[in-house]
Amino acid sequence: MVAVIDVKDVSKSFKIHHERHQSLKERLLHPRSGSTEDFQALRDVSFTVGQGETVGIVGHNGSGKSTLLKCICGVLKPTSGEIRLRGSLAALLELGAGFQTELSGRENVYLYGSMLGFSRKMVDGIFDAVVDFSEIEQFIDTQVKFYSSGMYVRLAFAVAVNVDPDILVVDEVLAVGDERFQAKCVDRIQRFKEEGRTILFVTHNADQVRALCDRAVVLDSGDMVADGPTQDSLRIFREHMMLDAVVRDAAHLLGTIQIESVTTLEGSFDVKSGAGLHFDVAITAQVAYSGNFVMELFSRTGLLVSRSDAQGSPVNLVPGRNHISVDLAQIPLLDGTYDLNVGVLDHHGNTVIAWSEKAASIQVTYDGREGGLVELGASITQR
Amino acid sequence: MRVVSARPTLPTRLSTLWSRRELLLSLISSDIRIKYKNSTLGIFWSMLAPAFTLGVYYMVFSLFLKNGIPNFVIYLFSGLVVWNMFQNSINTATGVIVDRAALVKKVAFPREILALSNVGAAVVYFVVQMVVLVIFVAAVGHAPAWRFLLILPISFLSLYFFTSALAMVMSAINVHLRDMKHLMEVLLQLWFWLTPVVYSYEHSIAPLLSRHGLTLIYFINPITLIVVTFQRVFYVNTIVRSTVAPHAMINILPTWSFERFLVLNVALFAVTVVLFFIAEAIFGRLEGDFESVL
Repeated sequence: MVAVIDVKDVSKSFKIHHERHQSLKERLLHPRSGSTEDFQALRDVSFTVGQGETVGIVGHNGSGKSTLLKCICGVLKPTSGEIRLRGSLAALLELGAGFQTELSGRENVYLYGSMLGFSRKMVDGIFDAVVDFSEIEQFIDTQVKFYSSGMYVRLAFAVAVNVDPDILVVDEVLAVGDERFQAKCVDRIQRFKEEGRTILFVTHNADQVRALCDRAVVLDSGDMVADGPTQDSLRIFREHMMLDAVVRDAAHLLGTIQIESVTTLEGSFDVKSGAGLHFDVAITAQVAYSGNFVMELFSRTGLLVSRSDAQGSPVNLVPGRNHISVDLAQIPLLDGTYDLNVGVLDHHGNTVIAWSEKAASIQVTYDGREGGLVELGASITQR
Repeated sequence: MRVVSARPTLPTRLSTLWSRRELLLSLISSDIRIKYKNSTLGIFWSMLAPAFTLGVYYMVFSLFLKNGIPNFVIYLFSGLVVWNMFQNSINTATGVIVDRAALVKKVAFPREILALSNVGAAVVYFVVQMVVLVIFVAAVGHAPAWRFLLILPISFLSLYFFTSALAMVMSAINVHLRDMKHLMEVLLQLWFWLTPVVYSYEHSIAPLLSRHGLTLIYFINPITLIVVTFQRVFYVNTIVRSTVAPHAMINILPTWSFERFLVLNVALFAVTVVLFFIAEAIFGRLEGDFESVL
């Protein structure tokens, strides 16, 4: 496969100025003051994206994903390393940044097009499609400063997706316009994917990645911690998120509460579709803690099938060994393997105190005729 | 294949710049359109404003101070078109990267194009003023120095490259040192009087300069040779009869031969091209740190 994006050992550090002296007077008065500190936003990130791949870049806020994206687009230059790109690139980040509010929509389409590196002739060719997509025909000759913010981003989005780039870079901008327009945008991106173009998708929303991407790269405070199939990467992403949450907000509890094991009475997690399942979670605590217990069930395609918690009644952990029992009355799932995550969260559900990712795999067997994920017990008759 | 690397080489930078010339043109045209949007007279202002300056200097130097230069308007005009282009460019370009920070931080393109687009817009106004100058000269029946006309394009290119070089460097320095914009406005005033636009180099200061051996230093200012060349082309006469003392002859312009003008201008052109490359390299150095101060 041809590498369309080749990121090689890219590092980026920013200087953080604590006391910034930008005027001559201040510079002269304080020649040495204003300490600077290097902030490492990316550390030796390397990966390649092949022709036609849709790759997600995930990471929480401050993980460096936007910096990486800006480097790929060429807005920022890496401190070291390099990025090779084959083909034209259009970026859906910070939509409308290139707009001149004094100019009309029409003039801006051309200006924005040339900023993205497309010739006047090419923009001529797609102009009608852009106007059509943006749904602002009647305002196209109005100065952009009179546009609503929705019209503004819609026009920018329309230019970016219609210029026919080989590589499309999307940065959490799918929140454009109303719901109908959003659907149109997602549609457009899907079509891009089907046309075999390369898409780089940056988000901290795991669900969007699952829906769109074949592969995901995970960043955590500037380091690339995973690069692989969406499923595996997202698992690592979640683990890092959880770990991070513990370290950040509940450092004093770190390691004091641990999930020891998840077991069933029968010893196996094989279950017939429609039957119930009972399992036992052993937690050892070094301190007493009262919090919320959460379980999640994921399909192997990475879809969250179900999340449930102790429903407002806290679990009170005592020092020593604690047992939580979980009773699933009925599992209406179809054939497949489902991964179980369990954890203890604080009362607000914001901070993870203990977490066990993929604590067990539930194997469901189903011999009915329905397809998909759940059995609805459908009966189809003609009246 | 496009490569984003930590520090692109000068040839890479120049070829990227060249490949984005279409962006330069659309930025220039949007610059001009924005400037005169919603104004009734529009681009006519690019003629009216210099015409007003011209009128003021003419009244002061010809009518009140009586410098005795015949056809002073033509002399003044041919120097002012050059100066206006230079001053316009530097004044607008110095602050441009800071002013367009939102764009610089979000869209990928060679940043120096912003400064170059301001120079480009100034070139457009320059062309408009040149047209007026030519019409004016033709209307009063004053023939230009036809042979020297050949040097004019070389001289203009020197003006373009020098102005672009300075504009790029200043726009980058201003990001790190915001005083540059204000400092430049002051310096440009001084610079204006160091350039023989409203006075005659030969008549007013050449003897003084050569007595102190400062002639060379005076000509370090590249605008001087360009202005003198433009004056030689349009004003033509090097030695004229004074209008205030009818029997006195005054030496207005250098009496250099065509060859000397040509050689000097070609040399200056070569120097300004080198300066342009150096400016591009300096810009590349300063650009790396933009995001941490913008």
